[in-house]
Amino acid sequence: MVTHETSQDINDPPRHEHMEVVPRRSVLRFVPPLIVVFVGLALLQSVVLNPNFEWPLVGSYLFSTAILEGLATTLGLTAMCMLTGAVLGIIIAVMHRSEHWLVVGFAKVYIWFFRGTPILVQLIFWYNLAALFPNLSIGVPFGPSLFTVNTNTLITPFMAAFLGLSLNEGAYMAEIVRAGIGSVDTGQEEAARAIGMTRLRAMRRIVLPQAMPFIIPPTGNETIGMLKMTSLVSVISLSDLLYSAQTIYSRNFEVIPLLLVCCCWYLLLTSVLTVIQGRIERHYARGRHSATPQPGERT
Amino acid sequence: MSFHMVEAVGVEKQIGHQMILKGIDFTVDRGEVVSLIGPSGSGKSTFLRCINHLTKITGGYLAVDGEPVGYRRSDNKLYELSDAEVALTRAEIGMVFQRFNLFGHKTAIENVIEGPVQVKRQPVERARARAAALLERVGLSSKADAYPSQLSGGQQQRVAIARALAMDPKLMLFDEPTSALDPELVGEVLAVMKDLAADGMTMVVVTHEMAFAREVCDRVAFMDDGRVVECGPPNEVFNNPTSERARSFFARVL
Repeated sequence: MVTHETSQDINDPPRHEHMEVVPRRSVLRFVPPLIVVFVGLALLQSVVLNPNFEWPLVGSYLFSTAILEGLATTLGLTAMCMLTGAVLGIIIAVMHRSEHWLVVGFAKVYIWFFRGTPILVQLIFWYNLAALFPNLSIGVPFGPSLFTVNTNTLITPFMAAFLGLSLNEGAYMAEIVRAGIGSVDTGQEEAARAIGMTRLRAMRRIVLPQAMPFIIPPTGNETIGMLKMTSLVSVISLSDLLYSAQTIYSRNFEVIPLLLVCCCWYLLLTSVLTVIQGRIERHYARGRHSATPQPGERT
Repeated sequence: MSFHMVEAVGVEKQIGHQMILKGIDFTVDRGEVVSLIGPSGSGKSTFLRCINHLTKITGGYLAVDGEPVGYRRSDNKLYELSDAEVALTRAEIGMVFQRFNLFGHKTAIENVIEGPVQVKRQPVERARARAAALLERVGLSSKADAYPSQLSGGQQQRVAIARALAMDPKLMLFDEPTSALDPELVGEVLAVMKDLAADGMTMVVVTHEMAFAREVCDRVAFMDDGRVVECGPPNEVFNNPTSERARSFFARVL
């Protein structure tokens, strides 16, 4: 019997398409979806149907003037700080590549300091700058001053927030730009200098444009992070989205509904930014793919 | 005034504690084609990079067209030039790299006009017309709008030569221009270089192509361990090397 079966198998090999395929079925395969449904229902009951969340109140405050004004401040601050931070980042990254040790040292100390101290501390520090320097003046060190201004008039909460967040962002952007520049082949700069470009022009015309695919995607992440980080400025009483909500709930004690209002706006904005970020990333991923293969080059 | 195009006297290069160049004495005359040959690590490429100051020398004297490279001579002193001033002298010296180094974000013709437009401040239209002629000269008119990633290695290297020529250099430096190429693509690049040599361009070529050195070059300099060991017409150097090191090198490569 056994020999007969084997010989038949060899003469007439089984063909996949002629046989019924039986997938592997485990009873446990229903467990994860069941857990998800269970947790989902539990959340629905405890969050959406829980009257303590006061969803109608959330709805009524969502578009109130104070909240929308706070939202505008948050958005404006995010845009301004990201822009300034990116410019600072490029400058610091280029300084990092300088031939002069003092310039490199400055860039290193800058990154070390702003990445090494909490942003919250930095914000409070800028807010209290007047305690350190009652007057700010421009002039020669140890020499005459040309222009003096009272620190308290200059450093408004917005100014303190702007300074703190941009200078901090500059340090993080510097690291991103530095990594981007590092990913461009050194031969590119050499070729640029060989046709008579100065180091700065080679950087601007040849290296930075090619570093962009490596710089822009992480910058999108930074922007999303910055949007949320601006909520820290509420500690220096700048009326951003969070502080506006806090002002309202300090009067009516509706803490949770107003924090929910904030969350709704933050989630909406980060979602929009995430979609944009995804598009940008896909765009640059395409460019990189077509640029990498070097036909005819020996490897 | 007739200066040597390249004049090197006791040129040294030290990196850390290592002497890469141990006193190079070497001259190239106007219109001459000279190749630097020798085992890898002998300092050929380093010396070539010193000629346009991509690498700074640490000793000796190196001049191009009578002017010390990277310095200005005045009152018997050498004053170091600024980055912008060195850039101007580099603009007159073309260089072709082993790995082509075409600007990846620019098309072939944009690569060629980049120098004339950005450094020489030529109007774009004029630079484009000249670039088109140069691309035709290296046989690539049809590839003017192709990006480097769409070109073969041989085509990229020919664009790189056109890019260097667009600056109207008085001297061309080639750093192993065919070493990164598939064997069947070497010929097209060497043909462009031969054409250039026949046109009277002064060229210094670091190469492993002994046949090219023998056929095209006026002189061949054999380098070993940071020194020029032998220098002379190719037939003399290849057929009757005086040093043991050159003899054993040629025995391996010829």
